[in-house]
Amino acid sequence: MKYLAEYRDPVLARRLVAEIRAAATRPWSIMEVCGGQTHTIVRQGIDELIPVRMVHGPGCPVCVTPLATIDRALAIAARPEVIFTSFGDMLRVPGSGADLLSAKARGADVRVVYSPLDAVRLAAAHPDRQVVFFAVGFETTAPANAMAVLCAAEERLDNFSVLVSHVLVPPAMTAIMESASGRGRDGGRSPTGVGNSIDAFLAAGHVCAVMGWTEYEPLALRYRVPIVVTGFEPLDLLEGILMAVRQLEEGRFEVENQYARAVRRTGNTFAQDAVRRVFRVGDQTWRGIGEIPASGLVLAPEFIDYDAALRFGVGGVSADENPDCIAGDILRGTGTPLDCAAYGTVCTPRRPLGAPMVSAEGTCAAFHNAGRTRQEMS
Amino acid sequence: MTTGLDPIAATCPMPLAETERVLLGHGSGGQLMAELLADLTPRLGAPMLDDAALVTTGAPEVVMSTDGFVVTPRFFPGGDIGSLAVHGTVNDLAMMGAAPVALSLAYIIEEGLPLDELRRITTSVAEAARACGVRVVTGDTKVVGRGAADGLYVTTTGIGVRLPGAAPAASNGRPEDAVLLSGPIGLHGVTVLSTREGLGFESELASDSRPLHRLVAAMITAGGRGVHAMRDATRGGLASALNELAAASHTGVELEEPVIPVPAQVAAACDLLGLDPMHVANEGCLVAFVDPARADVVLAAMRERPEGAAATRIGTVVADHPGRVTMRTLVGSHRVVDMLVGEQLPRIC
Repeated sequence: MKYLAEYRDPVLARRLVAEIRAAATRPWSIMEVCGGQTHTIVRQGIDELIPVRMVHGPGCPVCVTPLATIDRALAIAARPEVIFTSFGDMLRVPGSGADLLSAKARGADVRVVYSPLDAVRLAAAHPDRQVVFFAVGFETTAPANAMAVLCAAEERLDNFSVLVSHVLVPPAMTAIMESASGRGRDGGRSPTGVGNSIDAFLAAGHVCAVMGWTEYEPLALRYRVPIVVTGFEPLDLLEGILMAVRQLEEGRFEVENQYARAVRRTGNTFAQDAVRRVFRVGDQTWRGIGEIPASGLVLAPEFIDYDAALRFGVGGVSADENPDCIAGDILRGTGTPLDCAAYGTVCTPRRPLGAPMVSAEGTCAAFHNAGRTRQEMS
Repeated sequence: MTTGLDPIAATCPMPLAETERVLLGHGSGGQLMAELLADLTPRLGAPMLDDAALVTTGAPEVVMSTDGFVVTPRFFPGGDIGSLAVHGTVNDLAMMGAAPVALSLAYIIEEGLPLDELRRITTSVAEAARACGVRVVTGDTKVVGRGAADGLYVTTTGIGVRLPGAAPAASNGRPEDAVLLSGPIGLHGVTVLSTREGLGFESELASDSRPLHRLVAAMITAGGRGVHAMRDATRGGLASALNELAAASHTGVELEEPVIPVPAQVAAACDLLGLDPMHVANEGCLVAFVDPARADVVLAAMRERPEGAAATRIGTVVADHPGRVTMRTLVGSHRVVDMLVGEQLPRIC
């Protein structure tokens, strides 16, 4: 793979840090939407080098998948005829009782796949079994998941189905901006001084590679907030932050594209077509945030036969969150892991209470992996 | 008997076909087992291995180590479970400053393993042992029923003698020691992962599985007791090796991210799969804490050996934050480099 070293150049990185320091006259609050960006920022310690407050957004697909959906997955995986397939991160997310890894240890046939098409191939190879794929994620994973359903339909595989929990970014950004403390410098403050008054957004580059950025243009105008489509490498993030800071300093609020090597304004229309054929926009519950209208994808009526929740009759499963977990505050950007009494004590990557501690893209796990402790901050 | 029958066609094909796979009876202690051992042990360069062996070393300090190997797939670019089982134990001995003298070899075989595969692996054990200058002196073979194991598990135990002037121990690291790394990281883990079925990406990578005892001998010749502590960065990767040394030595470690050698293909694969190269396994790569006064000569000695050609200094041992490894990141900030949590890649060694 090319284009890695180029975006990790230490000399250029330090130059960009200096430019951000010179450009920012105020401690602007910038939310990076995507968990992959959070991972790079925390791993590289970028937020500790610049006079800008980075607020970590809700963009970790593992983190926002509702508890009830995890419990449904566990109920399906426990069935003897089922091969339950998933991306690796989802296996360790705790449901209300267990996680998929411990279900596997108890005998469930749970397998990690790296592409939903691998799950389709499994279904073709095992006609006597029911193969279920856990279709989670943002707009980024939706095209591949849609392709899997289309392939299964074309091959008439009646032993393949998907458990869908798809979320969309723009409605979540709208919800954050509409929340009581969403705008204005005197918004809600957490004990570490991090409120969720957001001055600018770094939009998720990979989501925009699929969808383009036309959806973000009305958001920037309506909330007078700069939005910079940003990549995931250290230099991408530093440049995205610098572009956002310059807009804020100059009083502009536009959609700009830092991630030009991957993103066009209209996105990938082929991928969008696949998503539109298989899915419809629907209301969606976000773990820790609650229901956001028209913020998710559900299977279109003509593909409803591929809905695993219907096929296995687990649609009614519901669940309650652990009361000690503040995942909701963290996902909304109104708190950081350091505000949570459970962080690093009863909740660790080894024994996660809530989803943000599980995925490497989760804010709590990113903090914990980088060795950030509550003591150090106080 | 019917006349005109082809004598070759008349021989019963059944026993021949049965011997192509390992049967439960091969582990029974009876005739089948004797046949199996008569087939395998000559490949090890030994007439017949006894249940125990007398080993004379004449050295005052004998080092001993044991390791089990369950890697899947059993054959991968750069090695197989047989060579890995030799290198793994030889390297564990080497980290104590020892040259290997003798190895034991134990197989746990799942019924049904193709016999030819067992022969290839045994030949690979023999070749690796020969290349290391170590003898296989005793062994054991067990066969378990189908499903009770996955193909083949190998255990090797080794004894070695401590090189004169060598005194490395995990607890010997001291503040201001140089942290030296013998070569690029992540090759073994990423190679094994990319060889697994269904991963869908191909690479030209090969495992770094190789013996390190000659590299260690060169380091000790150059640095003597100045080579304070060593560890091969196997499961858990460089991050785990450094955390273990830091904890045992009650010191901290500070690394420089830009100088840590991560091959481009390893970096790319790790990015795709969401892995941290610092956590990916190696099988031919060591990290050492070396007295700052001897660091340059030790590094030069490492670079003269092929397995240390890319050796480099990646950081410093510090008195601050004992037991903790930190890294100065590419952008100039700091982060803690923690041990891997849970499983990253199961069954890589």
